Amino acid sequence: MTFAIDVRGINKHFGDKHVVKDLALQVKQGEIFGFLGPNGSGKTTSIRMICGLLTPDSGAGTCLGYDVLNDSVEIKKHVGYMTQKFSLWDDLTIAENLDFVARMFGMKDRKPAVAAALEELGLTARRNQLAGTLSGGWKQRLALASCLLHRPKLLLLDEPTAGVDPKARRDFWEEIHRLSAAGITILVSTHYMDEAERCHRLAYIAYGNLLASGTGSEIVAAQNLTTWIVTGLHAHRHVEGLRELPGVEQVTTFGTTLHVSGNDAELLGLAIEQYGRNHELLIARGAPSLEDAFIHLMRDARDQFE
Amino acid sequence: MKSANIFIRHFRRLSWHRWLGIVIKEFIQLKRDRLTFGMILGIPIIQLMIFGFAINSDPKHLPTVVLLHESSPFTRDYIAAMKNSGYFDLVGSVTTEREAEELLARGEVQFVVTFPQDFQRALIRGEHPAILVQADATDPVAAGGALSVLNRLGNEVFAADLPGFHPPLPGGLIELRVHKRYNPEGITAYNIVPGLIGVILTMTMVLMTGLAMTRERERGTFENLLATPATPLEVMTGKIVPYILIGLIQVTVILLAARWIFHVPMLGSLALLYAVVLLFICANLTLGITFSSIAQNQLQAMQMTFFFFLPSMLLSGFMFPFRGMPEWAQVIGNALPLTHFLQLVRGILLKGNGPELLWSHTWPLFLFIAVVLGVGLKTFRRTLD
Repeated sequence: MTFAIDVRGINKHFGDKHVVKDLALQVKQGEIFGFLGPNGSGKTTSIRMICGLLTPDSGAGTCLGYDVLNDSVEIKKHVGYMTQKFSLWDDLTIAENLDFVARMFGMKDRKPAVAAALEELGLTARRNQLAGTLSGGWKQRLALASCLLHRPKLLLLDEPTAGVDPKARRDFWEEIHRLSAAGITILVSTHYMDEAERCHRLAYIAYGNLLASGTGSEIVAAQNLTTWIVTGLHAHRHVEGLRELPGVEQVTTFGTTLHVSGNDAELLGLAIEQYGRNHELLIARGAPSLEDAFIHLMRDARDQFE
Repeated sequence: MKSANIFIRHFRRLSWHRWLGIVIKEFIQLKRDRLTFGMILGIPIIQLMIFGFAINSDPKHLPTVVLLHESSPFTRDYIAAMKNSGYFDLVGSVTTEREAEELLARGEVQFVVTFPQDFQRALIRGEHPAILVQADATDPVAAGGALSVLNRLGNEVFAADLPGFHPPLPGGLIELRVHKRYNPEGITAYNIVPGLIGVILTMTMVLMTGLAMTRERERGTFENLLATPATPLEVMTGKIVPYILIGLIQVTVILLAARWIFHVPMLGSLALLYAVVLLFICANLTLGITFSSIAQNQLQAMQMTFFFFLPSMLLSGFMFPFRGMPEWAQVIGNALPLTHFLQLVRGILLKGNGPELLWSHTWPLFLFIAVVLGVGLKTFRRTLD
């Protein structure tokens, strides 16, 4: 198995802040790799280091076979990086933006490539519209098209769907899967659980530390959680009460149901069954979701690093 | 009536607490923007220093050479008196007129004083011999005070040397023949208009490029640019080119106005002038680009530009005679591209200097570009780190 990204022991400081600590990441060729973690956990910094925008303070590894520390120029040629914030030029038209990016990557077949990209986007008719006047969803599609223009082998997407409506999001993910099927490796950071579930494998990072990685079910299993689902019209009134119970580590509200989770299955089971009988609540044993697992990870990380 | 009502309504809605909140927020933000804060304090101090100590419209210690066709006690006395007046610094003597001419053209001396042959004999005989003073009058203000002193000087010195000639001859003992070179009529516009080329270029070139890169950063497009294989040198030089063109257009407009409206003489080669302009534009653009890779936002880039513009105006010799400034101010002035550009442009237009006379003011520009570009390239990489 060859890895598109294979880095070890990556560290980065900003001043005296240790933003990324000993990051190790292995992304297989052609897979969709989800990168998760709370805000400020070092996701963007990690992505920037992988694509050569930032130089790691220490560490080693390769990206597409090129050395992460020394070959950033080569890496940039084969990586498409979509920034978190729309970063194409507002005061250039759609076509001008694509043309500029194509020139930056020194594409020989620039004109047909731009024309094809416009066609695929369905923006040929609006090619002379200023990019700044596009709506959020269109900006995102244009940004994706612009970082695919030079036919990269690896796509780095930094929260690509933030602020985009659900329909556009779904279309976007279908496109991602098409690209992956065509052999492009994709590293995508996100906060959305449904998006995380669409990834082949995941990594969870918090406070600069990589806390878990693997497939979704591997990560859930590794947390060793037992989850009970509490249902009832006024279930939400019992959040505080449930939290007090022995063995309960987290209570999460999903509309009219609560997910009550903990590591000690026996202790949790006894306590919650008792509580359910006392308060006439419907209680059932459930499978912990990815979200339960992540909240658990985040809580552990907070206890550990703060 | 209606507007009065609106006014009262607005007035009623005023809240002292809200207002105070806005004032406090403004102070906090001002405090955070350290550069602005520094400028607010720094600019008045710098202005004070420059206006107070550096600027002097009656310059003294002007570099002078003498061309002696005869050396006698009288010439020595005269030279000593010139020194004592405080207006002249004798930086040496030359033996040929060509040497003297070249020193004037290069702007290395302000005056050449020539004593004719048989000066002593003619003086004793009462033939009031002529002392020739050639002054670099490109800047009419700079030479003014010194020349008026010179007039008085001759007769006082020689009257003391030759007491037998009292009362003085009508018309004085000597004749002082003053040649105001390059700008005989002392027309200020001849000096100011070519200088304006430099001032306008400094302002627009530094400012426009200063904003160019910070705009990318402020809008977040810089990150996209960095994600491409584009190198810092490509980005910096590529961004400069359009502004070079704009600068050349500006120069052409000013030159046309100088020629047809102000009738400024254009003695030198126009091609040479444009070559020098190009060099000067490059110096300013590299500075602008460097400012913009240091500045965090467009406002800071603007402030840096003004911070640079102020001494450029005041210490370059554009507004006030360069030689009137104290040593330290001349050192600062010599570090500014405008100082050298003024010498170059006045040299070409008013003196008709050729390339061989320009080197002494072109190498500082090359050096400036090299140093600033070095700083710019060094800071450019760090922008995302």
